[in-house]
Amino acid sequence: MGFEKFGRISFTSQTKLSAFVDYLEKGELRATKCKQCGKVFFPPRADCDACLGSDMEWVKIEGTGKLVSFTEAQYAPTGFEADVPYTLALADFDGVRVFGRMSRDVPLDGMKVGMAVKAEVVAMPDGQLTYQFIRL
Amino acid sequence: MSKDVAIIGVGQSAFVRNYEGSIRELAFEAFREAVQDAGISSRDIGASLICSAPEYDKQRSPSGLIAEYLGLNPQPTFMLESVCSSSTTGIRVGYSLIKSGLHDIVLVLGFQKMSEISSADSQERMGRGADIMWEAPFGTMMPAYYAMHAQAHFARYGSTEEDLALIRVKSSKYGVLNEKAVYRKEITLEQALTAPPVSTPLKRFDCCANADGASCIIMAGAARAKEISKKPVWILGLGAATAPMTLTGRDALDGLNCARLAAKQAYEMAGVKPQDIDVAEVHDCFTIAELMAYENLGFAEPGKGVELIREGQTYIGGKIPVNVDGGLLSKGHPIGATGGSQVRTIVLQLRGEAGNIQVPGAEIGLVHNIGGVGIYGNVVIMGR
Ligand SMILES: [Zn+2]
Repeated sequence: MGFEKFGRISFTSQTKLSAFVDYLEKGELRATKCKQCGKVFFPPRADCDACLGSDMEWVKIEGTGKLVSFTEAQYAPTGFEADVPYTLALADFDGVRVFGRMSRDVPLDGMKVGMAVKAEVVAMPDGQLTYQFIRL
Repeated sequence: MSKDVAIIGVGQSAFVRNYEGSIRELAFEAFREAVQDAGISSRDIGASLICSAPEYDKQRSPSGLIAEYLGLNPQPTFMLESVCSSSTTGIRVGYSLIKSGLHDIVLVLGFQKMSEISSADSQERMGRGADIMWEAPFGTMMPAYYAMHAQAHFARYGSTEEDLALIRVKSSKYGVLNEKAVYRKEITLEQALTAPPVSTPLKRFDCCANADGASCIIMAGAARAKEISKKPVWILGLGAATAPMTLTGRDALDGLNCARLAAKQAYEMAGVKPQDIDVAEVHDCFTIAELMAYENLGFAEPGKGVELIREGQTYIGGKIPVNVDGGLLSKGHPIGATGGSQVRTIVLQLRGEAGNIQVPGAEIGLVHNIGGVGIYGNVVIMGR
């Protein structure tokens, strides 16, 4: 339990990764890192596909990321209509890639592939927790 | 180059917005055409592979129902799914069933009645074609994912919205000629460029339409194929590969790795090169998907795909005619039926029976069929 608090709408409630939401509550975006082989996972995983280990630690995603790509959606699936238009984006933080939304404060014509971004945790008015990218 | 398995019959229903009939009746339309084309009876068919994306089906386990309606009991039947590439996954499994000696004739029936569920239900399912744990909570959808590939391709190679619009202009020109296509109006460059955005930079005419439809392919082993068919079309090469569903697991967004790998396998198995292909059907669910396919299939160097469309080289008469049946953009994209429809077009081309869209003298053809946003990639190379 707990994971249903992640995102505008969560489709998953049971996972071994509910600590992800606990970190969001503290304002931190974290990935998992395999203690046995050191592989870092975002999105976080409970199990390592490299060494088959399941002993993970949570590591912060910090610093500057680079925008890999983005799009402004003019339509939305059920439940997301009120957010339209919104910008989906992929950013690279030193080889760890993060998928999410761009902050509304960044206009579409101000976005460029390769631009520097930062990830920040956001609490939505209904109590849901998420993260977004902001311009550095 | 091996000639062990051939396609001996092809069929396709019209692709329409709202099919006024049940899924069994839709399937029957493609089935009847294929069986008559092959000149066999349902008793000759050793097994049926039914391909559909089941989130659109109200019927649970449709293969049982459809096999019954097609008169294919008591032969084995089962469902295959890889979303939009389900029916070329059927071709791969059918090939292996024949090559293994388990069956000598196999039927691959792909169908989708996308109007089977309400548009609200369809809208709800739309977001769940991505990783539901980590990406769907942001409000993802297929056009947005392909749009992010377009943006990345633009940034890396300088391709433009106009290049994508040129692909739709080509598609619409051939869609007009295809009686089985859902969209049969010509679209001008200006119309394509000024259409309302769906997910930037993709606009309305960069996206294919949902449709209801069915396709049917009948395959046979070499001995039976030569005995039954005057014009067997041989499966020369097959390739299949996958990539992570989550975008974070992809190396780059300016191409689809599953397509590159599947193409490499298929070319190697067939012993041919990209320049040997006379006609191709590629998975143009969005215009950007066709542009990436030019490069991922080796018809152009990475970043040079735009030259093919700017110079008109993918029209009939060009270096490599692509999607001259209108492609998914004009035909419509009934998920489970799409790959079979692409295979049908190539079979007709190689038999010289493609009518007003015939590529003169086509001897080797290729199908590129992608499931999801580059999750599953299937490539099939066929020859006379
Ligand atoms: Zn490990």
